[in-house]
Amino acid sequence: MTYLAAAAPDLMNISIMNAGIVAVLGYAVVFFGLILLMLVVMAMGKAFTAKDAKAAAPAAPKAAAAPAAPVVEGPAALDPVNAAAPGTAGQLKLYDTPPKTAAMIMAIVANQMGKPLNELRFISIKEVKD
Amino acid sequence: MINIGEVLLNLWESSGFAYIFANLTAGGWQNLVMIIISCVLLYLAIVKKFEPLLLLGIAFGCLLTNLPGAGLYNQELWTNFMTEGHEAYHSYGTILKNGGLLDFFYIGVKTSIYPCLIFMGVGAMTDFGPLLSNPKSLLLGAAAQLGVFAAFFGAVVLGFTGPQAASIGIIGGADGPTAIFLTSQLAPELLGAIAVAAYSYMALIPMIQPPIMNALTTPEQRKIKMVQTRNVSKAEKIIFPILVTVFVALLLPDTAPLIGCLMLGNLAKETGITDRLSDTMQNALMNIVTILLSTSVGATMVGSNFLTGETLKIVVLGVVAFGLSTAGGLVGGQVMCKLTRGKVNPLIGSAGVSAVPMAARVANTVGQKNNPSNFLLMHAMGPNVAGVIGSAIAAGFLLSVFG
Repeated sequence: MTYLAAAAPDLMNISIMNAGIVAVLGYAVVFFGLILLMLVVMAMGKAFTAKDAKAAAPAAPKAAAAPAAPVVEGPAALDPVNAAAPGTAGQLKLYDTPPKTAAMIMAIVANQMGKPLNELRFISIKEVKD
Repeated sequence: MINIGEVLLNLWESSGFAYIFANLTAGGWQNLVMIIISCVLLYLAIVKKFEPLLLLGIAFGCLLTNLPGAGLYNQELWTNFMTEGHEAYHSYGTILKNGGLLDFFYIGVKTSIYPCLIFMGVGAMTDFGPLLSNPKSLLLGAAAQLGVFAAFFGAVVLGFTGPQAASIGIIGGADGPTAIFLTSQLAPELLGAIAVAAYSYMALIPMIQPPIMNALTTPEQRKIKMVQTRNVSKAEKIIFPILVTVFVALLLPDTAPLIGCLMLGNLAKETGITDRLSDTMQNALMNIVTILLSTSVGATMVGSNFLTGETLKIVVLGVVAFGLSTAGGLVGGQVMCKLTRGKVNPLIGSAGVSAVPMAARVANTVGQKNNPSNFLLMHAMGPNVAGVIGSAIAAGFLLSVFG
């Protein structure tokens, strides 16, 4: 016990070498903690995505009976600018409307409808000129 | 008959002016210099709008504490409070009996109540959605803690004690409440200097970060557009704060007060059934605590403590810490950019320093300068809020080592 106490480093007047060890260890602990948290959050996200997919599956046969959405063919299908990014609700088309104004309009509509913005889909916004 | 001359003489002798002029060489000059410094800080807060909500209170607290004779804050009471073996050691009764107004305010800092309540408000204002939709952002939040540990090492090299160096290092976390939380426990004598450095540099982020961002990324990388990530369900947002609290508090119990309050605030916001509580946390509570916290932190800027070579070293180490944290985040961003074959814009790594949402805004602004149609804000918010958790973990680690 006495030996252990004598061997314990003086953290008040910490040596440069011990400071280096604490610094490297501390940085590693932050990474370790956040990597573990990342894995847990990823697992949670996967579980929710799987649950959503399961819930959507019974609705699929019903949807099959409905007329299919038009398939984009030709250059537009390959055009990365016009193609919808994975996970997005598509691309918003703006006609004579600056992006800032469009963002404001979408926020107002979401607020008025009492729905989160990510649950709404805006296809285009056009300025009506008199 | 009353001696008018004697009354006037007594009045003069009991005034702060007499103290300053009578003790000009003994310490009165320090009060004068600190009054000037507080006026400079007030100018920065009011005219230059440097974190005015906090700097205004800090500057005014500094002004009040350096008015001799007012007795609003008594440094010696807190020195005795911290001196083991002294009859006033850890005696709040002595403080309440003999202290001034700012001593009473300061009890909230000493007991870590204010930083935790501020974190509660921050939690109620934070949307962890971007982080949940892209959990890899957490890596950038970790990478951006580089400045914390580099500045800690630098402070030890410059002769600070371990606990002092840990408190200086946490400036690199760019998180005011965390810096105050850690410093009030490890090195209360440096609280004023560290708080001023932390908040001043946070205000200067739009000036400090862009040159580092430009130096560590190429124009092509800065133009990278990132794909919108998945939508996050409400249930995920509700589970997240509970999950983080349990996980982080079990990993580093010393972070439990900060993380617990941060996540309580966030849970109140995300449930949607406690709007009143969430609203109070975000506004009334946050504002009241900000007033008390900033004024009492300013009160610790007593001339004899503040006007030392150590303060200058802290100012220099603080900017180094901020710069290295930004660089760490950018290097992390570069690694992710390479691993994803150019799908991640490395600029978002710079937002890994907390400073919510300023750092994310700077990443967005620099991205738009290179590509006006590039909107990085939501992508940068992920690392930004990850930085808050990262700096709390870093503080918890330092507290467990030096506390």
